[in-house]
Amino acid sequence: MNELDALFHGFAIALTWYNIGMMVIGIVLGIIIGVLPGLGGPNGVAILLPLTFTMQPTSAIIMLSCIYWGSLFAGAITSVLFNIPGETHSVATTFDGYPLAQQGRAGEALTASFTGSFFGALVAVLLITFLAPLVAKFALKFGPPEFFAVFLLTFCSFVGTGKDPFKTIISMMLGFGLAAVGMDTVSGELRMTFGWSELLRGIDFLIVVIGLFGLGEILLSMEDGLAFEGKSAKINTRVVLETWKKLPKYWLTLIRSAAIGCWMGITPGGATAASFMGYGIAKRFSPNRDKFGTGQLEGVIAPETAAHASGTAALLPMLALGIPGSATAAVLLGGLMVWGLQPGPLLFVEQKDFVWGLIASMYLSNIAGLIIVLSTVPLFAAILRIPFAIIAPVIIVVCAIGAYTVHSAMLDIWFMLLFGIAGYVLKKLDYPLAPLVLSLVLGDRAEAAFRQTMMGSKGGLGVFWSNGLVGTITTLALLMLFWPLLAFAWRKLRRSLGGDADSAA
Amino acid sequence: MEQKQDSPAGGGLSHSAAEAIASLAIIAIGVVMIVSNYKIGAGWASDGPQSGYFPLRIGVILCFASLVVLLKSLFGKQHEQGVFVTWQRLKPVLLVLLPTAMFVLAIKFLGIYVAAALFIAAFMRVMDKSIWWKILLVSIGVNALLFWMFEIQFKVPLPKGPLEALFGY
Repeated sequence: MNELDALFHGFAIALTWYNIGMMVIGIVLGIIIGVLPGLGGPNGVAILLPLTFTMQPTSAIIMLSCIYWGSLFAGAITSVLFNIPGETHSVATTFDGYPLAQQGRAGEALTASFTGSFFGALVAVLLITFLAPLVAKFALKFGPPEFFAVFLLTFCSFVGTGKDPFKTIISMMLGFGLAAVGMDTVSGELRMTFGWSELLRGIDFLIVVIGLFGLGEILLSMEDGLAFEGKSAKINTRVVLETWKKLPKYWLTLIRSAAIGCWMGITPGGATAASFMGYGIAKRFSPNRDKFGTGQLEGVIAPETAAHASGTAALLPMLALGIPGSATAAVLLGGLMVWGLQPGPLLFVEQKDFVWGLIASMYLSNIAGLIIVLSTVPLFAAILRIPFAIIAPVIIVVCAIGAYTVHSAMLDIWFMLLFGIAGYVLKKLDYPLAPLVLSLVLGDRAEAAFRQTMMGSKGGLGVFWSNGLVGTITTLALLMLFWPLLAFAWRKLRRSLGGDADSAA
Repeated sequence: MEQKQDSPAGGGLSHSAAEAIASLAIIAIGVVMIVSNYKIGAGWASDGPQSGYFPLRIGVILCFASLVVLLKSLFGKQHEQGVFVTWQRLKPVLLVLLPTAMFVLAIKFLGIYVAAALFIAAFMRVMDKSIWWKILLVSIGVNALLFWMFEIQFKVPLPKGPLEALFGY
């Protein structure tokens, strides 16, 4: 029981007053960020990342990951009370959450969704505790070809699961292109700086994330002309206890959604896809599926559990392989590099305190998060009643400061503005932005792995099928890449066969 | 997102036109990537692939994928006639964007705190028609808080202007 020993050691690290303080601060900030329009997991973490440059890596990751948990919890608040999903992964929560609030059962809906989130996170953390070390141990044997194959698999599965595969590819390639700007990490040569010395250091992913997700989101919300009209929430111990009494009835929904979430988190399907799938599957198997959409507790529990499980499980590949499963996990991974830690399977060997401190903090912070959200919902709901004309400029100022602090460079603020406009246009045209962030963060490492492989093989691509392991991963990746094509061909084939059967009959 | 039933005659860019322009811009980015990486060498050196090897190929894939999106937007079946953004909806967006650009420009001369205070005040005055004491409270309060957090608490220096110099910072 090596893992348990390590975990208890992790608890000893996480359970200092300082780290618990960081946890609480992180969760509260995360909830505020999650409730506010224009701020979410990825850019919230990105803005606060520069503040942690001087902190101990363990305390820093505990605080930043808590911001992530807080923002995951908070998605439900705006969905249930205001019918506005604060985050995309809580869109499915509005379907049954808002009707419940209209019936005056907002407290019940919120308690159920928070508890579901907590359950989903717990399952995912258990999975991380026992699976991540094994994956990391296995991955220690990886060489450059294996690593590149895993990168390929990550990127290809994005293409395979996205809505428009070409737009996903474009977004990903833009990320790779941005990552290549500046000094080449292998040869030290300058690329795409166009004689501009300020571009020497490259374009930092934090600037891009703050622009795309922060400013871009504000511009989009401006277009909709925000006016919030919310229901009030009354949560007291009686409501919480009564809701908890009802929850065991939904054990199957909880387990099903947690499983879906874990799967979607490890493969980069994302929390949004997970929440929709959780909702859809709960609806299909529920005895009262006709009532879904009119205010069913099940319809709130299912998507929230899946979203939170997926958001948490996204940290598994990040810790074990150095490959993030979500945009926020990608930003956290970027933080790792900033703090001077080398992401990858060696983390479990060389940075035991860091890894197990983080894992232990996940147990603690989700318990703390549940208590905090249950006790302070009305407070956070009040934030949304502040007029948008006050909130919007303050968020823009915070974004500008966040962009500046990364390198203390004025030019970065202009870049943020540029990426804000780009984010607004790309989002309106339905380009997915998560692949861009992922490839921007992983770009240099993916390229290095690729070039090292090519050096070894003298340019032959056969190296990606040179042994069983790398061959399987590469084949899987290509399968994922061409999945939309295969699915399309399969549908065509079935239809033509079906058509033949009809004409024969 | 956008109202599909709006007629394009109402003014504004059609959805497929916006799609086409965006993909043309992305193709331009791809071409720049290809050319600039070809120049530094995208082939094979004695010790392996050259610096431009990987980005050049990324540029090629980027151009190819954008070309597909461009063709789809021009000749695709789901040719969307809807409006990308109407003037009415673009106005509030510009109302945020232009002052933000001015704010960023002002940082250089006034420092970030003063520029931010003016930006927040102007924004509240125009968008919300707030009363003056509320404006003063929020714009100065927020910046005092930021100053305390960054300059005093975390010791992260932000751009400062003449006013801060007056106080000796």
